[in-house]
Amino acid sequence: MTAPAGVAFDADLPWRRAGSVALRPEPFGALVYHFGNRKLSFLKSKTLVAVVEALAEHPSAAATLTACGVPDAQRGAYVKALADLARSQMIERRETP
Amino acid sequence: MTALLPPRPPAPERPVGGRLIDQFEYGLDAPICLTWELTYACNLACAHCLSSSGRRDPRELSTAEAEAVIDELQRMQVFYVNVGGGEPTVRPDFWHLLDYAIGHDVGVKFSTNGIKLDKARAAQLARTDYVDVQISLDGATAEVNDRVRGTGSYATAIRALENLAEAGMKDFKVSVVVTRENAGQLDEFKALTDSFGAQLRITRLRPSGRGADVWDQLHPTMAQQKDLYSWLLANGEKVLTGDSFFHLSAFGEALPGLNLCGAGRVVCLIDPVGDVYACPFAIHENFLAGNVRDEGGFQRVWQSSELFADLRNPQTGGACTKCAHFDACRGGCMAAKFFTGLPLDGPDPECVQGYGETALAARDLELVAPRSSVDHSHTGPVRGQPTLLGMPALPPAKICDESPLAGLDLR
Repeated sequence: MTAPAGVAFDADLPWRRAGSVALRPEPFGALVYHFGNRKLSFLKSKTLVAVVEALAEHPSAAATLTACGVPDAQRGAYVKALADLARSQMIERRETP
Repeated sequence: MTALLPPRPPAPERPVGGRLIDQFEYGLDAPICLTWELTYACNLACAHCLSSSGRRDPRELSTAEAEAVIDELQRMQVFYVNVGGGEPTVRPDFWHLLDYAIGHDVGVKFSTNGIKLDKARAAQLARTDYVDVQISLDGATAEVNDRVRGTGSYATAIRALENLAEAGMKDFKVSVVVTRENAGQLDEFKALTDSFGAQLRITRLRPSGRGADVWDQLHPTMAQQKDLYSWLLANGEKVLTGDSFFHLSAFGEALPGLNLCGAGRVVCLIDPVGDVYACPFAIHENFLAGNVRDEGGFQRVWQSSELFADLRNPQTGGACTKCAHFDACRGGCMAAKFFTGLPLDGPDPECVQGYGETALAARDLELVAPRSSVDHSHTGPVRGQPTLLGMPALPPAKICDESPLAGLDLR
C-alpha cells in the first residue's frame, strides 16, 4: 500500500505540524500519529519535538533549527528527520512565512 | 505477584538517544496500541483460540465501564485499539462502542469471523472513517479453514468479505494465523485477498488458550518457517504481520517492523472482565498486571504495576544473550516459551537456530506446561465444531439410538 507521496522537503521554506497530527510525549521524545493516514512515527529526541512544535512560529525550517539551538554538527540529521516527516505528511508546507 | 522473570540486576537508566528498539525495551508512558477483547462469547469454537473463548463471562465490562475505558485511552493518547474477543460483534453494544471510540479519537481495528457483517453493516462500516476490519480466515480453502475454525466458517468469512468489497470498504484485512496446514497456501491467501481489494495480514500461532492443545500438531515445521521467512522478505512490504514473526529474523536479515517482544512495554491486553495482561497471548495469572476497575484505572496499571516494571528491564542474562543472533530475535516470544514450559530467558520453542527444539527435548519428563485457569470454552457441542481433533463423541440421547436391542433383558 503506497500512500500518496508527501511534499519534497525544503528547509528554507515555512512548515508546520499537519493539522490531523497529534504528538504524545514520551521519555525519549514523542510518538507522532496522523489521524488521516493512520501512520505512526517517532521523534527520537526532545529537541526534535521542540522543533516540530515550533515550526509554525518561524519563517523557515532552517530558522526553527537555529531558534531551537540545534548544534551545527547535528543540523544534517535534523533536516533528514524533518524530510522523513514531510514524506509521511506529518508536517506540511505553510503558505505564508 | 509471583516472581515471573529470572532475577535481574537493578534496571539501568534509560539511555538517551540511540535506537528506538532500545527505548521500547524500557516501556512507554502509554501503549502504542493495545488489544481489547470485548467478550469471551463466540459463535465458533476454533481449535486454536488464543483466549479459550466460547461463553460470555457474567463479569464482563458494562457499556458504561467500557465507555470509561475509552475515555481513559483518549486521555492517555492511545490512538488506536485492536478489538477482538471472543467474537466482539455479538456484544449488543458493539456498534455503539465502535462509534463511541471513534468519536473520542481512539481508532478501532476489530477482528471478526464475519458472522454479523451483512450488507447493511458492511455499508455502515464503509461510511465510517477510522475503523479497520479484519476477517479471520485460517485456510485459503474451506477444507483447510473449516478443520480448524469449524464447518461453515469459511463461507461466513467469504460472505463478509464480499459484502465489504461490494459496499466499497477500503483497506479491510484478511487475517490469517499461519499453521502447518495453511503455510503452503500463502500465495493463495494473497490472491484471494487481492480479489477482494483487501490486504493480507498473517500472524504467528501461539500455544495460548486452546492453542496449547493443538500447538504440537499445528505449529509450522522448520522447513515451513524458512519458506515463510523467504516469503515475508519477498512480500513483506505488502503484507501485515503485527510484527509477530520477529523470531524469524534470526535466519539472517531483519524483517520489517518492530523486532522485539512488546509485552507490557508497548502493548498489552484488556480482557472482557477488565483484567490487564502483558499481551493478548498471555492470559495467565503470572502475566496479570491489574484490572481497569481498580482504583486509578488502566493508566495506573500501565504505569505502576510491578509486573510491567519488571518486563521493562532489558534482558541481560540467560542462554539467549550469548547467542550471535540475540540482537535479531531478542529471544523470541515470551508467551510461546511460557506455555511450552520453557524458561523465559531461554530460546523460543520455534527458535530458527534450532535451540528451541533442543530445549523442548530437554524438558523434564515430569514437567507440566503452565495452563491458564481462564477458560470460557463452550461446554457442549457447537454447530459445525472443528474436526481437527476428530469428531466429537456425543453420548447417545437414548440407549436405543445405539442399538435397538441395547439395554433390553432378553432372557
